[in-house]
Amino acid sequence: MTDTDTREDVADATSTGFHTVIFPVITLLCLVALWELLVRWLGIQSWLLPAPTEIVRMAIDWRRELAWHSAVTLYETLLGFGLALLVGIPLAVVVVYSRFLQNTIYPILLALQSMPKVAIAPLLTLWIGFGALPKILIVFLVCFFPIIVATTSGLGSVRPVFLELTQSLCATSLQTFVKVRFPSAMPSIFVGMKIAITLAVVGAVIGEFVGAQDGLGYLILISSNQSRTALAFAALVALTVMSIVLYYAIEVLEHYVAPWGSRR
Amino acid sequence: MPTIEIKDLEKTFRSRRRSTPALVDINLTIKQNEFVTVVGPSGCGKSTLLKIIGALIQPSHGVLTYDGRRISRPQRDVGIVFQEPALLPWRSVLDNILLPAEILGIEMSRARADARDLIARAGLNGFESYDPHELSGGMQQRVAICRALIARPSVLLMDEPFAALDAMTREDLALELLRIWDQDKKTVVFVTHSIPEAILLADRVVAMSARPGRIAKIIDIGLPRPRILDHEFSAKFKDYSDQIRFVIGHQTKSIPESGAVA
Repeated sequence: MTDTDTREDVADATSTGFHTVIFPVITLLCLVALWELLVRWLGIQSWLLPAPTEIVRMAIDWRRELAWHSAVTLYETLLGFGLALLVGIPLAVVVVYSRFLQNTIYPILLALQSMPKVAIAPLLTLWIGFGALPKILIVFLVCFFPIIVATTSGLGSVRPVFLELTQSLCATSLQTFVKVRFPSAMPSIFVGMKIAITLAVVGAVIGEFVGAQDGLGYLILISSNQSRTALAFAALVALTVMSIVLYYAIEVLEHYVAPWGSRR
Repeated sequence: MPTIEIKDLEKTFRSRRRSTPALVDINLTIKQNEFVTVVGPSGCGKSTLLKIIGALIQPSHGVLTYDGRRISRPQRDVGIVFQEPALLPWRSVLDNILLPAEILGIEMSRARADARDLIARAGLNGFESYDPHELSGGMQQRVAICRALIARPSVLLMDEPFAALDAMTREDLALELLRIWDQDKKTVVFVTHSIPEAILLADRVVAMSARPGRIAKIIDIGLPRPRILDHEFSAKFKDYSDQIRFVIGHQTKSIPESGAVA
């Protein structure tokens, strides 16, 4: 009977996972090898474009400094991102439930988004100084927008039949929010978080470019100025790895917290 | 234990540009523990009528009463099954069934016992901890029916609950629904676009015609209970079917003509 067999058409992520990882990795290794060969054959100066092996050597020599500056950037990124979640999600909830705020604050927030954050960074440094705080604030500003937009749209696009269901059960607004609206919005919130986390690292680096004594952005700026190009590259690799790891950390979190979003 | 009464009911949908009469001149009394089916072509307003009976939407004119009491808000004594299962994807089968109990504040130990009983009756044993997406469409709709029954409603409203299912699953579920109803009588209003389904299930069939939606005829079904599929081949069944087809077809004859311009 068709009625008793369960669906088995859910994509098995682990069986295809191997291929989706191995092919890009092989391609990347080939490109790096080509880079190494070109630098050697053409005799390109190290300060202009260092060979991959030299970048690796530099990264090993400077591992302590790289680790420290990475930790600083990671700290700024995570704090700014967390702050954006802490402020953005509750604000989105309030905006969804209040027509007044929808008509007053929300349009202003959207307008503010078109202001380039890079241009705000020097002002923040002017006002708050050179510590971690201005960087955290830039990360916050960069992350805030995707999070509030994604949360607002998620909370607003609950399937109508779910709302008819809670209506038919005489549910209070709070019950509807806790049991239906918020869980419905979770996949959308995760989309916002994934966009925000990639921007967050960029935000931290921008802050460090403007004025800092540590962080990977600072390291890149200083080592470029001193023509230690291999070190700048090593810092760049650290930034990229950090960005990718943070992104996948959120994917993994989503898999455990809101798996129904990716099943649609 | 209500008798549901609808008097001089009208529903008009208004938008900025036009107002569309969806239902006109609806008068209907549904007795306690009666199984009433509403059948009609698409666009005849039968789902709208059901939602008005459930007080999910308000009529433009007219009155809805349960036992003479005027109703304007959904009642906790009413369970609803929608056309789609509408199961929450983040809840297991059991937790979906228990949702109304949580919202209505029913004592959880009683609700759990009821849920176990309903799960057994619906043939869902062993699937309690499954996620909705792991079930077939028919099983999902069984879960939705269990959910509608968990609060022990005395009225069950069903809006084309089997419309998205294949024909065999549909018949199975229809007969199962009748078994459940036989064991635990309640007032059922069941909307469908299938004439055989409407006759097979009902004590009375409300046949509606479209544009605007109105009750074309109400037919008492004199087939013996319990109903079996063989009833569908009896002369009586065919007679009911012809009557319904006639009143529905008779009143909608003008549609092809007006559409003939194209």
